[in-house]
Amino acid sequence: MDASAVIRTHGITKVYTMGATQVHALRGIDVDIQKGEMVAIMGASGSGKSTFMNILGGLDYPTAGTYELDGIQVSALSKNKLADVRNQKIGFVFQGFNLLARTTAVENVELPLLYDRLGRVKNPRQAAVRALERVGLGDRVDHLPNELSGGQQQRVAIARALVTEPAMLLADEPTGNLDSVTTVEVMTLFQELNDSGITILLVTHEHDVASYASRVIELRDGRVIRDEYQQRASAREDLERILAEREREELEEVNT
Amino acid sequence: MRPFRLVKVAGKSIIKNKMRTLLTMLGIIIGVGAVLVMVAVGDGAKSQIESQIRNLGSNMLVVTPGSSSAGGVSRGSGSFNRLSLEDAEKIKNESVFVSMVSPVVTTFSQIIGGSGNWRARLNGVDVDYLLIRDWNLASGSWFTAQDVRSGKKVAVLGKTVADQLFAGQDAVGQTIQIRNVPVQVIGVLEPKGQTPEGSDQDDVVLSPYTTVQQRLSRFRFISQILVSTSNQNDIPAAQDEIGAILRESHGLAQFEENDFEVKNQTQLADAASGTTEVMTLLLAAIASISLLVGGIGIMNIMLVSVTERTREIGIRMAIGARGSDVLVQFLIEAIVMSVLGGAIGVAIGFGGAALVANVTGWSTVVEPNTVIVALVFSAAVGIFFGFYPARKAAAMNPIDALRFE
Repeated sequence: MDASAVIRTHGITKVYTMGATQVHALRGIDVDIQKGEMVAIMGASGSGKSTFMNILGGLDYPTAGTYELDGIQVSALSKNKLADVRNQKIGFVFQGFNLLARTTAVENVELPLLYDRLGRVKNPRQAAVRALERVGLGDRVDHLPNELSGGQQQRVAIARALVTEPAMLLADEPTGNLDSVTTVEVMTLFQELNDSGITILLVTHEHDVASYASRVIELRDGRVIRDEYQQRASAREDLERILAEREREELEEVNT
Repeated sequence: MRPFRLVKVAGKSIIKNKMRTLLTMLGIIIGVGAVLVMVAVGDGAKSQIESQIRNLGSNMLVVTPGSSSAGGVSRGSGSFNRLSLEDAEKIKNESVFVSMVSPVVTTFSQIIGGSGNWRARLNGVDVDYLLIRDWNLASGSWFTAQDVRSGKKVAVLGKTVADQLFAGQDAVGQTIQIRNVPVQVIGVLEPKGQTPEGSDQDDVVLSPYTTVQQRLSRFRFISQILVSTSNQNDIPAAQDEIGAILRESHGLAQFEENDFEVKNQTQLADAASGTTEVMTLLLAAIASISLLVGGIGIMNIMLVSVTERTREIGIRMAIGARGSDVLVQFLIEAIVMSVLGGAIGVAIGFGGAALVANVTGWSTVVEPNTVIVALVFSAAVGIFFGFYPARKAAAMNPIDALRFE
């Protein structure tokens, strides 16, 4: 075991009791994730990956086992302390973006800072604007979610996840609602953030998306069936190739 | 999370949903407005009655002969008349709290003068009487202490008597006949209207008590002693003091009951305003029901809003809001909306009270207290009816809330 591990789970199980039957969603998961890794957690529906993600994200408690995040024993925390951990240590990015409607981009991004009990950031608005600039939306600060494209909305959500400078980004099917080009765009952003040292966990069922991660953990029936490092594909190169192809196609269309 | 940030979060939520906010506030607006108008009508009636009673005279105490009983049968107030001029003198000389004293000798008499005759109450009084009763002259002059000492045959007429005898003329300077004694009219009193019991205070002739006793009726005992204190707070002390002085003066033994009564006007006023207070309470109670309904309206819309905003609650919790943060946010929203609604209701209440006064001619009074109570009450309604929906929001499981479509 490495001392610089951001995430350390040991023997995590989760059992749901539905009436008389017990459903074993997780059957003992041991995973260590080091600082700066970009990990894809894969699995079909029913594999337990959502349950695992909820536990990693501090939204749920394991039935048994321990979970240590950035040196904190998360599985032993009270509900309120868990909320604080979500606030300070975890940045969520959801499939459906989950931005507050009728609320501008910058207001959405500064929201986690408003719930920060430590008051680490003296000027939430300024920090929110900086986070938006970091995801390339410095010119969309006062736009409402419904004035933004899907890719832009997801980038606002990523800015919201980044603004607290968390120990890790936890992205649940972040490209599930996006078209293929926007998917690669968003993955480019994730890779850039990872390159700057941010630990990223991607929960996905798409192999294309997982290919951009440097490590893939696959779950089936509540167990880890694969955990290997890989040479990650470069999202930027893919993006440039796709855009070039598209340009060529358009040119051919004009010519014919 | 610091409190002002919570207020900010709640404030934003309210502003961003103007229609929902307005609908939520509507019940409180109507409720507070109704309470305010109703209480204004009640308070208006009360202040009218109070001003009538104040007309009787300020800081005034009335000493009347007590009741006597023979063989266990009470003969009622005044049945045993033992008040005398000496009693009045004694009160004047010995009392610390009393500033003015006037004995009152009352008799009824046929009065002839001017164009006809009229039966009126004849009150023999001292010079202080006018000040004690807080009464002014419409014309002419009041009699002097010298007039009282010499028993001069002068009289000051109440408005009703003056109108009956000298309709359309100036009564001052005329001569009237009381029991065949000519008496000169030296003044006419300002009208004072009716007492709360409905007797006409202006149907009276006032003369020096010496004149009435020695020249007009030969009455030894006096029917009342009017007393006034310089300070309203001294009234209870004066009441006790007069009691002690009169017991001594009448030589009553310790076990004997008072043979006189000392009444103050506040007792009278309390009785009368008590009635209107009951009416005010009743009106306020009826109007409070609409405030209650308004509160239930808030709860309704908050409950719907909590369900509608399930996803928002899930997001807030996922990014680190504690259950208590969500609770406080929704509670603040409820309170801000109900207090805002209360404030608008107060404004409408002022308008409504003015409108009622205009249309019906009743006097309406909006007391500052009513406004404060209305605002505090609407805040309380917000807390009370906002708590259940807020708690429901706070108790949500973030995973389920995020999955909610």
